[in-house]
Amino acid sequence: MFSLDRWQEIFETLWRNKLRTALTAFSMAWGIFMLVVLLGLGNGMQTGVESGFADDATNSVWMFGGQTSKPAKGLPVGRRVVFANPDVDKIDAFPEVDHITGRFGIRGGGPFGGESMVRAGPKAQAFDVRAVHPGHLYLERTEMKAGRYLNDEDIAHRRKVAVVGIPVATFLFGTTDVIGRWIEINRVPFAIVGVFDDAGGEGEQKKVYLPITTAQAAFNGADRVNMIMFTVGDAGVEESKEIADRAVAHLAEAHHFAPADKQAVRVRNNVENFAQFQQMFTMIAVFVMLMAACTIVAGVIGVSNIMMIVVRERTKEIGVRKALGATPAAIIGSIVQEAIFLTAVAGLAGLVAGVALLTAIGAMVPPGEMFGTPRIDLDVALYATAILIGAGALAGFFPARAAAKVNPIVALRDE
Amino acid sequence: MSLVRLEKINKYYRVGAHSLHVLRDVEMSIDEGEMVSIMGASGSGKSTLLNILGILDAYDGGKYWLGDTLIQHLGERQAAQYRNKFIGFIFQSFNLLPFKTAVENVALPLYYQGVSRRKRNRIAAQYLERVGLLDWADHRPSEMSGGQKQRVAIARALIAKPRLILADEPTGALDSETSHQIMDLLTEIHQTGITLVVVTHEADVAARTQRTIRLRDGKIVDTPVAAAS
Repeated sequence: MFSLDRWQEIFETLWRNKLRTALTAFSMAWGIFMLVVLLGLGNGMQTGVESGFADDATNSVWMFGGQTSKPAKGLPVGRRVVFANPDVDKIDAFPEVDHITGRFGIRGGGPFGGESMVRAGPKAQAFDVRAVHPGHLYLERTEMKAGRYLNDEDIAHRRKVAVVGIPVATFLFGTTDVIGRWIEINRVPFAIVGVFDDAGGEGEQKKVYLPITTAQAAFNGADRVNMIMFTVGDAGVEESKEIADRAVAHLAEAHHFAPADKQAVRVRNNVENFAQFQQMFTMIAVFVMLMAACTIVAGVIGVSNIMMIVVRERTKEIGVRKALGATPAAIIGSIVQEAIFLTAVAGLAGLVAGVALLTAIGAMVPPGEMFGTPRIDLDVALYATAILIGAGALAGFFPARAAAKVNPIVALRDE
Repeated sequence: MSLVRLEKINKYYRVGAHSLHVLRDVEMSIDEGEMVSIMGASGSGKSTLLNILGILDAYDGGKYWLGDTLIQHLGERQAAQYRNKFIGFIFQSFNLLPFKTAVENVALPLYYQGVSRRKRNRIAAQYLERVGLLDWADHRPSEMSGGQKQRVAIARALIAKPRLILADEPTGALDSETSHQIMDLLTEIHQTGITLVVVTHEADVAARTQRTIRLRDGKIVDTPVAAAS
């Protein structure tokens, strides 16, 4: 069936019509090339955006205190809303909430805390120091590399302990073997009990975590909490919204603002955000698939059309071949094989060119938040090959059927 | 012993609502090793008869025996195989494939028998030698004269060792000088024991065959008894 002779016949046919072959192949290759590049760039964008989520829990809700914009309970607008430790306990009591943490800004600044001077012996640098609950481990997806994270005992006894990121440890001590060493934060000494890593990159690693209660006591914080973060298990978008509303309702009651006052508490629902992103990328994926299908259909029609013309032109030749003993199967086989060959070679050329371009782009553009490394997986390439061969067979089917129907009597006819 | 036997062959062509009766109860037989010509005016049914003899077309009634084989109700595949095995064709316009060399053209029937390239080209070279064109083996048809092309076609008709060679106006596209040479070659081939049927409208071509079958309005008329050979 796939004899060397057959291949020779096919190469001869294709070679005899070099221009036509080249144009047909080019249109197919170009379609696949565009498709691969779009698919790869889409992939790159998706991995970029997803990596932005990777270092934080995606099933979390964050709440920041703001300023009231509506009068409530006879109180004026423009009051600052600052949460307190009991709020954290109250929301923690919600059955849907798995992990919870408050955050206290040490310099009384923003909810992320300001940078504080961290010193060990002669070395000192300003780092972001976060005063948090033990649940923060899950919300930030912090990975412990040595020692332990903060625990409930630290909170209860206001222990002067700290967990530092790898860059912090190496800056201060030149090593990550720092458990039991002491550091000073704004001149208050803390003992290091753990070293962590974070997938969020250098920015998330250059942090120091302290027990929130210790920091509140040491840095004049009373029981103030600037920000509350909690995870909601596997709650869906609607359920997470409902939980957030309930938390806001509680906070409104405790801090005397109107529950509908969007300015008093700012809510960031990551469940909703992540679902939106996923929805967007699903839509992009569907769109790309649709384009893929259209590209391949266009290619198939193109190849099929050209082959149909070829068959029409070769009617006499096919008739002679049949008169000399070519079976319909032999005729169909050679035409389908020709179509598959043309489609597959052109498609693979486009595929290779597309992957080459993506690799070049990947090498030039540094992966970042909005754009990860563009890529095409090997199995995608294999699927593509299988689809191309299928498409080739489809493209060859109708011309081959037309060729098989050629009546050998045409061989005897004289034009 | 008869190689070809036609018994009450009938053939109709449907043209719109009408049915054209092209062959009417054609009875004939051709002996093994005979050289026969078929003559008839255009529209007499001789092309249709040739198509049926060549297994290129089916017939509607009667029986066609080729040797011991009944050629009837064949599938396309079977018909192709029988043509390849039993019948060699010589056409008026040669019908060589223009992009193939002489030797490749001659070898084509063997390609469809699955003979390896090397072997079939070797055999093809032998047949080219037999028609006096070995030196032209690697030339394409466009580089050859009409007579040379027809010789290549004759070599191609012979290569599969068919039982019957059908020549459709083999000299129709040739000048009289070349026609003579081609008829000489066909006669020579006939003398090696091969059965030949030549369709022609030229009387001098028909005169060089042993017997002439005349067709008129789809009927055989006036068939002289074969000359003893």
